Formats: sequence, C-alpha cells, structure tokens
Amino acid sequence: MEARAARGRGRGSPGLRLSVEDLACRRSGRRIFAGLSFALAPGQALAVTGRNGAGKSSLLAILSGRLRPDAGRIRVTDVGEASLPECLHGVGHRDGLKAALTAGENLAFARALLGAPRMEPRAALARLGLDHAHDLPVAYLSAGQRRRVALARLLVCHRPLWLLDEPTAALDAASQALLAGLMEEHRAGGGLVVAATHQALGLADAMTLAIEPPEQSQQSQQSQQSAHAMADAEDWL
Amino acid sequence: MIGVFAALVARDLALATRIGGSGALSLVFFLMIVALVPFALGPDLNLLARIGPAILWLAAVLATLIGLDRLFQADAEDGSLDLMGAAPVPLEIVVLAKVTAHWLTTGLPLALAAPLFGLLVALDGAGMGATALTLLAGTPALTFIGAVGAALTASIRRGGLILAVLVLPLMVPTLIFGVSAAQAALGGTVPFATPLSILAGLTLIAAVVGTLAAAAALRWSE
Repeated sequence: MEARAARGRGRGSPGLRLSVEDLACRRSGRRIFAGLSFALAPGQALAVTGRNGAGKSSLLAILSGRLRPDAGRIRVTDVGEASLPECLHGVGHRDGLKAALTAGENLAFARALLGAPRMEPRAALARLGLDHAHDLPVAYLSAGQRRRVALARLLVCHRPLWLLDEPTAALDAASQALLAGLMEEHRAGGGLVVAATHQALGLADAMTLAIEPPEQSQQSQQSQQSAHAMADAEDWL
Repeated sequence: MIGVFAALVARDLALATRIGGSGALSLVFFLMIVALVPFALGPDLNLLARIGPAILWLAAVLATLIGLDRLFQADAEDGSLDLMGAAPVPLEIVVLAKVTAHWLTTGLPLALAAPLFGLLVALDGAGMGATALTLLAGTPALTFIGAVGAALTASIRRGGLILAVLVLPLMVPTLIFGVSAAQAALGGTVPFATPLSILAGLTLIAAVVGTLAAAAALRWSE
C-alpha cells in the first residue's frame, strides 16, 4: 500500500490524506453512531458496512459537509486551500441528474460546475459503455444506466476523494466489474475511495469499517476492535 | 467563478425551455388576473386607467409566486443541490445564479408583456411605458425576496402556500414604490424619478440580503 501511495504522489496527483477521529452522529435527537475513527492515506480505500439504518449514509453526508457531526474531528491534509467538499465526488441515491437534460448535458454541467476537468463527457460515457446515451434525455434511461451516468461524473472532473453510497445498486455484473476497475485506477493515481456498501465491491486490500449502533457496542466491542485490527491487513472481498 | 455562474444560469435556462412550465404559466396567470379586473369593475375606462398600474403590479406580484416553490425544491429532491454544494464556489453564487435564471424566465417576460396587457386596463402610451419600466426595475426585488421563502420551504412538501404567506408581506415595500412610480408618470406632484430610484434601491438591497439569506436558509435546512 505504501508503494501504491508513493507512486501516486510521484505522478504529481494531489496527495489528499483524510483522518477522522472519534466521530459521532446524532439525527433528530437519536444517536446513530459514536466513536468512529479511521485514517486514509493516498491510494487507500475504505468500505463502510453495517445493517440498514446503521448510519452509513449519514457518515458519508458528514464527510461531504452536508451534515454536522455531533462530536469528533475530520482532518484533511495536503490539499492546499481547498475545503473537504471541494475535494470530493459524491455518488448516492439522489444522483443529481436532471431528467430533462441529456446525459451529455448533465455531465458537461457537472464538469463546468466542479472544475478540474479531466475527460470529455462523451469519452467518460463511452468508458462506462453508454456512448449511445450521450444525446438521450436521462429520463429515458433505466435505473442502472442512470447510475452509470452518475458514475461517469467521477471521470469528467478530477477529485481526490470519491464518496460512493451503494455504488453497485442497480448495476449489472459487467458494470460492477467496470466500477471496480475505475476505483482501482483512481487509487493507483493516489485517490481515496470511501464506499458504503452491502456487497463486495472488488476493492483489493480495502479497509473495512463496520458501523455498530451505540447501544449494542458493549457486546460487540470485541468484534469491532478485531475489525479495526485486521482492517489494514485483510483483503476485503 | 464566472464560469460556474454562467454554467448554472445556462443549465437553468435550458431546463426552463426544455420543461416549459413556470415561465409561460406565470405569464398566462398574469394575463388572467389583468383580464378579470375589467369584468369585475365594469367598463369604466377612466377608473381602469387610474388604477391600471396598481392592477398590473398586483398581478405581477401574484404571478411571481408561480413556480417559485420549485426554485430550490427540485434541486434539493434529486440531489443536484448536493452537487452544487461541492462546487468550488460559495453557495451564495449558486443562489445568485439560480435566481437570475429564474428572473430571466419569469420576471423579465412579465415586464416585457406589461405594455401589451396595459391595453386591457385602458392605459395610455406613457402609462404603459412607465409601468413596464417600473416592473423591469422592481420584479428582480420580488424574485430575490421570494427566493428566501423558496429556500426556507425547499425541504417541505407542498410548501407553496406557506411560501406565499411568508414572502407576500415582505413584498409590500416593493409594491408601494412600484405603483407610486407608475402613478407618478401618469400625473401628480411627485416626479417619476423619485419613487423609481427608491424602487431600484429596494431591488439592490433585496439582491444582497435575499442572496445571503437564501444561502443561509439552504445551509440550515440540511
């Protein structure tokens, strides 16, 4: 992993480092999770797991700056003056695509909005096997195709941190493999991936973070600790 | 920053033309209200000409409310607002761009159509021109004030009526000076320029306060 990280920095990519300490989240007065800590160096990936409602999406919302943490600290280093929301791409359930605009127009807008342009919208769509959808309104696309258009946004602009909320939802096996390849590529370039998921994402040597509800944490402290301990070493598949 | 602003305005204009809807609808609504008044008051041309600017302004205030509830709500629902939050510009720029695009598709057509609709309330040439000019200067204020309400109700289902109740009282100063400027052009002791410059001032204040307040409301609503 160190080798990968060093290679990433060697290419001159921004070496974003993210560290989260003792993060807690409270929504509508109810404590969702507490005491979450992890650190990610360039090239590393984190798979966030947990049962439905455990707070996976809340964690991603906190990281993307849409939700305020109840306690804890989030630190980013080596990104210059950019704030964390300016360093990340988020793909979630609400895909941010306008149904009345074509896939190409949606991506061109995201490219102009987010800055740091990389691929042309048409090339990004071709990469995800959707070149025919460039001039089609997103309203005409299926759920899986919509998801792939949202994922193509990851390619039109460069952002070092990808926050993916159930990225494989509605994707077929071939597209899931494609996504795994894209994430590998991103990490090889020094990028970070944080993905909330129920399924195997095909992320080689990713760390896992299992979110446990606080009232059960007494019993499951053992398993949580062991999860943390093996996080670096274990292949998560 | 200019590029992001232009991209946002271009996107909202493209969406407005693609979906149609609020821009054309508010224009038709404007026409409806103005057309109803002569039916209610009867064919007294002198009376209509005297209250004509007030009717046009009242209709414009009500027509501004059409489509305002979707200004931020549509983007909040499908996640576009989250995307805009990740842009390397302050949220205020996003709000300013969206309100500008909204005014271009709703307020500007109202002001441009006002001379034509002035015929229905028996305005003469000077009255038509003056009313159109005051609407051109005043409708941005209405849109900016409305944007604050739209931002506050972005996460509320069926928030359209709450929005109207929230913002209509705040539109009163704009209405007063808009109508008095248009009346001044038709005769009277006050020169046309005095209320018009106050109206322009109100628009500028609304642009600053409205943008900041709407952005704050959007941040707070998360």
